[in-house]
Amino acid sequence: MRKKKGVPTGRVRNAPEGFVAPELIQEISRKGLDDNRRAFLRKSFTAATAVATAGAGARALASTVDDPMIVEPRPWSTSLGQPVASRPYGMPSKYEANLQRRQSPGLTQTNQSSVSFAPLQGMFGIITPSGLHFERHHQGWVDIDPEQHRFMINGMVRQPKVYTMDDLMRFPSVSRMHFIECGANTGMEWGNVAVPTVQYTHGMLSCSEFTGVPLRDLLDDCGADFENARFVLAEGADGSGMTRTISMDNVLDDVLVVYGMNGEMLRPENGYPLRLVVPGVQGVSSVKWLRRIEVGDKPWDTKDEAIHYMDMMPDGMMRQYTSIQECKSVITTPSGGQVLLGKGFYNVTGLAWSGRGHIKQVDVSFDGGKNWRTARLETPVLDKCLTRFNIDWVWDGSPTILQSRAMDSTGFVQPRYRQLREVRGTRSVYHNNAIQSWLVSESGEVFNVQVD
Amino acid sequence: MFRWTKPIVFAAALGVAGVVSAEQDASGKTGLGRAATPAEVAAWDIDVRSDFKGLPKGSGTVDQGELIWESTCATCHGTFAESNLFFTPLIGGTTEEDIETGRVASLTSPTQSVRTTIMKAISVSTLWDYIRRAMPWDNPKSLNDDEVYAVLAYLLNLADIVDYDFTLSDETIQQVQERMPNRNGAVFWEGLWRVDGEPDTHNTACMSDCLDDVVVSSTLPDHARNAHGDLAAQMRIVGPVRGVNALEPPLAGSIEDNIDAVRQHARATLDAAAPTADGAAGSSVSSEETEAVTALLNDNGCLACHARDTKVLGPSYLEIYSRYGDGDDTGALVQKILNGGSGVWGPVPMPPHPNLSEADAERMVAWILDGAPQ
Repeated sequence: MRKKKGVPTGRVRNAPEGFVAPELIQEISRKGLDDNRRAFLRKSFTAATAVATAGAGARALASTVDDPMIVEPRPWSTSLGQPVASRPYGMPSKYEANLQRRQSPGLTQTNQSSVSFAPLQGMFGIITPSGLHFERHHQGWVDIDPEQHRFMINGMVRQPKVYTMDDLMRFPSVSRMHFIECGANTGMEWGNVAVPTVQYTHGMLSCSEFTGVPLRDLLDDCGADFENARFVLAEGADGSGMTRTISMDNVLDDVLVVYGMNGEMLRPENGYPLRLVVPGVQGVSSVKWLRRIEVGDKPWDTKDEAIHYMDMMPDGMMRQYTSIQECKSVITTPSGGQVLLGKGFYNVTGLAWSGRGHIKQVDVSFDGGKNWRTARLETPVLDKCLTRFNIDWVWDGSPTILQSRAMDSTGFVQPRYRQLREVRGTRSVYHNNAIQSWLVSESGEVFNVQVD
Repeated sequence: MFRWTKPIVFAAALGVAGVVSAEQDASGKTGLGRAATPAEVAAWDIDVRSDFKGLPKGSGTVDQGELIWESTCATCHGTFAESNLFFTPLIGGTTEEDIETGRVASLTSPTQSVRTTIMKAISVSTLWDYIRRAMPWDNPKSLNDDEVYAVLAYLLNLADIVDYDFTLSDETIQQVQERMPNRNGAVFWEGLWRVDGEPDTHNTACMSDCLDDVVVSSTLPDHARNAHGDLAAQMRIVGPVRGVNALEPPLAGSIEDNIDAVRQHARATLDAAAPTADGAAGSSVSSEETEAVTALLNDNGCLACHARDTKVLGPSYLEIYSRYGDGDDTGALVQKILNGGSGVWGPVPMPPHPNLSEADAERMVAWILDGAPQ
């Protein structure tokens, strides 16, 4: 084993304290950083630094110790690096090993009908690396030989047909970016705070570029009876034979039969070699290991439509066929279980999405929902796709509550917990899209809390 | 709202490219794929709709179902489908009155935390379809149609929906639907079905002075603080923040008091997580053999009930290793795998595995007694 060389930790210079006037912090918190206020901030910083260095004495001397990371040779700059293709399928840096999909202990009783959550707290932009895409399997994942895989279309069609992967990959293809969110995402939080970090509160959410064939083209190819058909059934080839009823409106709009994901074939955990993607609809409908589509005129009431994936209402009634993932957002940094590394400037960042269209606006509150500022939306902003938002923030070290609130292209605004519970109570599992609150404490630790 | 596809687009696109296939028909179809045979459609089209479209002819009695249940289903679900060990109980929580009204009264109780399958199921067809396609857990689609009728008849009898002498068949199943306890318990709700459906919450984008008071209604219970382990080990070790060590109490003091310790601890989690060279030390099983045995465990369905380091239905391989690793119990363990057993690790019996060869079982045992190397 190669002996690991100790990496000196060096001396970290403290930022000059209190360099921003309280009035300016308040103003920035209220109105954000425009050019004018940026200039003030720069001036404050320059002034503070000037005081620190001009102050002479011990402090000035201490702060000018040279950083050994700069003045001493570093091993990576003074040695020969690794050859090409030493890792033929690349891996993240070993320093990124903490970011993994993880299970929530005790959530499920078996590991095959279970969930692993994506580490949203460490992601950038909107695309989920394929190896970190959340998992939800109903009877374990399988790795199907693509040469042995078959895809059938039957039911209300002129000609039931069978396609091989070779056939499907010759069809005119499209590539689209969409999120997939499990209907039960944030489900543990309906009644009360239950989990500590955004990985567990919101991590049944991922977003990819999918490549495949529009399902309507394949139905066309079989002569589907579009006059009378109102639904399709999608069925998986895994042990659970996963089945879901899908609206023909969705099929004719944007449902895809997918084999590609983020530039490569689907990963086995995500349905290799073929899956359905039903944009904007709860993930369970995007049936993995897709083996069959049946065209029909009535919904099927499958296990995950007539026993599970029903929304429990306060009067004990079950809302069936609640499919759309409504507008929702969450701040990913800072978020629960994190510790801020000092007062001062932060780029507050997060994700927003809607199953009904695209994100129009995201507002962020730094005072628990009393006042809001509009965040910057990063491009692209696409239908039924994650949108990244960012907003400037200067933390003055006092306790506060951060929230984000998204509005979609229909004008719908993400609800507060009180609004959601007034209609749907607290005993549902599915479709919790309430505004998430993160409490930043004086100690720097961030906590998951709920604000009515 | 309907947008019709236009096959003509295919023809135009292909025509421009000058690659009109000889097989392409007049409507512009690609000619890819082939007709499905009736036997192929029959083999895969196994779904049963709530109007019983797709339900095959057949029948089974409660008595027949009980026999199948004992040998095939009770391991996971319990003799009376009441077990909560591995799956939510199937039966329980319904009354004769529910059968009359078609609404399960206990679902309205805020204190009813366990919701059994029979409490929620809207349609009996759902149960038939799901048992047929996905059960038993480790050997799905292995029951024939009559066996599915029989198993379902047994379950319905446990739920007092049918008498013990009932024969469930394609002809009697409609009677059962009329007695399903929660048959009237669901509403088809369009608001979340249609992409342009009507939402049921109505927030507004208020920008200032939106609230008088900020009321924190819930925080993570103290006992749950460490339930997800050390959160520092789940966060990046560089950037504006670090993860907190949730195995310790919440941080105290102000941020300046904590920065250095938080940084150092975060960095330490990474070093702890790094694979060590001696991870496989003392192991006599090669990594190729480990890979081969793992494939065997997977192919033979072992991993449905066992995992390397956590208890699933049966003990973890590391638990077995720590009990038997010191002695020479290879022969006994091989026989246990082949012939099954019970009572050693808890109430769930280990089923026999008659299709597994003795040689393969020996390889599995050798790997386990070697410490189940990864």
